[in-house]
Amino acid sequence: MALQITESCVNCWACVDVCPNDAIYQPERDEAPHFLISADKCTECLGDHADPQCAAICPIEMAIVNELGEFLNPPGSLTGIPIEKLKEFGLWREAA
Amino acid sequence: MELPVISNNAPAAEGGGCSSSGCGTAPDGLAHLPDHIRAKVQDHPCYSEQAHHYFARMHVAVAPACNIQCNYCNRKYDCSNESRPGVVSELLTPDQAIKKVLAVAAEIPQMTVLGIAGPGDPLANPGRTFDTFRQLSEKAPDIKLCVSTNGLSLPEHVDEIAKHNIDHVTITINCVDPEVGAKIYPWIYWENKRIFGIEGAKILIEQQQKGLQMLTDRGILVKVNSVLIPGVNDQHLKEVSKIVKEKGAFLHNVMPLIAEAEHGTYYGIMGQPEPTQEMLQELQDACAGDMAMMRHCRQCRADAVGLLGEDRGDEFTMDKIDVMDVDYEAAMVRRKAVHDSIIEKLEAERGVAKPKPTDIPEGSRPVLMAVAGKNGLVAEHFGHAREFLIYEASPEGVRFISHRKTELYCGGMDACGDGDVVEAGASESLLDRNIRILEGCEVVLCSKVGYEPWAKLEAAGIAPNGEHAMEPIEEAVMAVYKEIAATGKLLPQADSLKVA
Repeated sequence: MALQITESCVNCWACVDVCPNDAIYQPERDEAPHFLISADKCTECLGDHADPQCAAICPIEMAIVNELGEFLNPPGSLTGIPIEKLKEFGLWREAA
Repeated sequence: MELPVISNNAPAAEGGGCSSSGCGTAPDGLAHLPDHIRAKVQDHPCYSEQAHHYFARMHVAVAPACNIQCNYCNRKYDCSNESRPGVVSELLTPDQAIKKVLAVAAEIPQMTVLGIAGPGDPLANPGRTFDTFRQLSEKAPDIKLCVSTNGLSLPEHVDEIAKHNIDHVTITINCVDPEVGAKIYPWIYWENKRIFGIEGAKILIEQQQKGLQMLTDRGILVKVNSVLIPGVNDQHLKEVSKIVKEKGAFLHNVMPLIAEAEHGTYYGIMGQPEPTQEMLQELQDACAGDMAMMRHCRQCRADAVGLLGEDRGDEFTMDKIDVMDVDYEAAMVRRKAVHDSIIEKLEAERGVAKPKPTDIPEGSRPVLMAVAGKNGLVAEHFGHAREFLIYEASPEGVRFISHRKTELYCGGMDACGDGDVVEAGASESLLDRNIRILEGCEVVLCSKVGYEPWAKLEAAGIAPNGEHAMEPIEEAVMAVYKEIAATGKLLPQADSLKVA
């Protein structure tokens, strides 16, 4: 059971600082251009917090997904921008 | 043409006062400050309008994380051509930041202030932010440190701020009412949860107010920034100004909202209008009754380097810094000499009480003038100006009103003339656009102006004037005002006549 970071990530470090398991790391550039979550360490914060902390602070929609590929912060959920507008500006994406 | 009416209700400076009348309010927005605070801000370009002509600042981008979302911010944005808060090209580690600061301080001795302003919220990155401050206070004790924050984590860090000798803090406070706040902040991250809407805004506001009080109780100088968002907090900001003044903030900086669709922010995409120059000025004047207002803010990037209004960041990228050889001990000696000579000059200016101008026909109306300035002088070519400084001249004297950004239309010999071409898809040429942003001004002062813009300026009712090149700005503005006033054109019965 582990969360994952997608290519939407902007490398803002917010999740790194709040992860209770130190599970988030910056890989070599050829592995990924953004932070990754170590599947061995991630517990989805079970037992530590009510919400997974990376997803609770992440400012970017679609950047954190669960094992099913579902967005923890789907399009429009953080900015409040209506879906029609997201589509109009090319900011809409179906699940990863 | 009808000129915007500018109320000039700020109290007159008592004796002395800084002579550069542009200090926030006329004639000296900082005149009410006790001497020990004035001494702290006299070389701070962001706090003293007078100082910003001579002293430079830099920001180091060591603080990427943020703990709130603002509707005018998009965390994805990174563009080297944009100048606005939150934008940066190169994120630095604290160690890299120290290297960069020492290199810049050695190269630009006028650099007095190092700020951490983002690109996220510095206090949401306490490890990186305070590591940078700690190292700097050891290695470069001659640099002033300051930090800006949204205030959410401020109360828990006030003691640490005081410890590192950070004596200037800027808090962005856009509202004191959670209902207004909910329209500006969609969520905050607080006690391990994301909290949306009014509930989140309420916590943020409480923390901001608490932090402000804690800082002023400790004698730390606080400036408050507010983003003016038409229809959201425009009227509300008058109340904000009053409350933050009561709590001891010493300067209020009301900045215009930047909201363009291509920035991808909530406000940009939703078509939230930006305020006009007139709205901004009206609000600044309305708040000026309550406290000193800052009008020279350039809303700079989280990695800006140099004098306000210029950005020399490109000269100090990490690859360039890595090959620089900095002897900071030697640099400090040089820096001190430069600072002392500037302070001496400012002090001398301050000591000279500026007499009210004479020979101006009574009842003459005020005139707005745009100046292509550099280092306090009329020193820029019209086509090279990246911004115009707007001054108001009246029988009371000269005061600084604001700056207006241009787009460069003259790129030197190679591109000469291109500026007047309407690019495909654009509705007007850059030259036309630059003339349009000077709306309300009747004169533009610059060191030189080309034949073509000259004709267009005149057609737009703005008199181009290149006769005061390299003169101090305020003297030049007053000289031109006197010339116009002497013709009687500024008297009420002649009001229908234009200057140009």
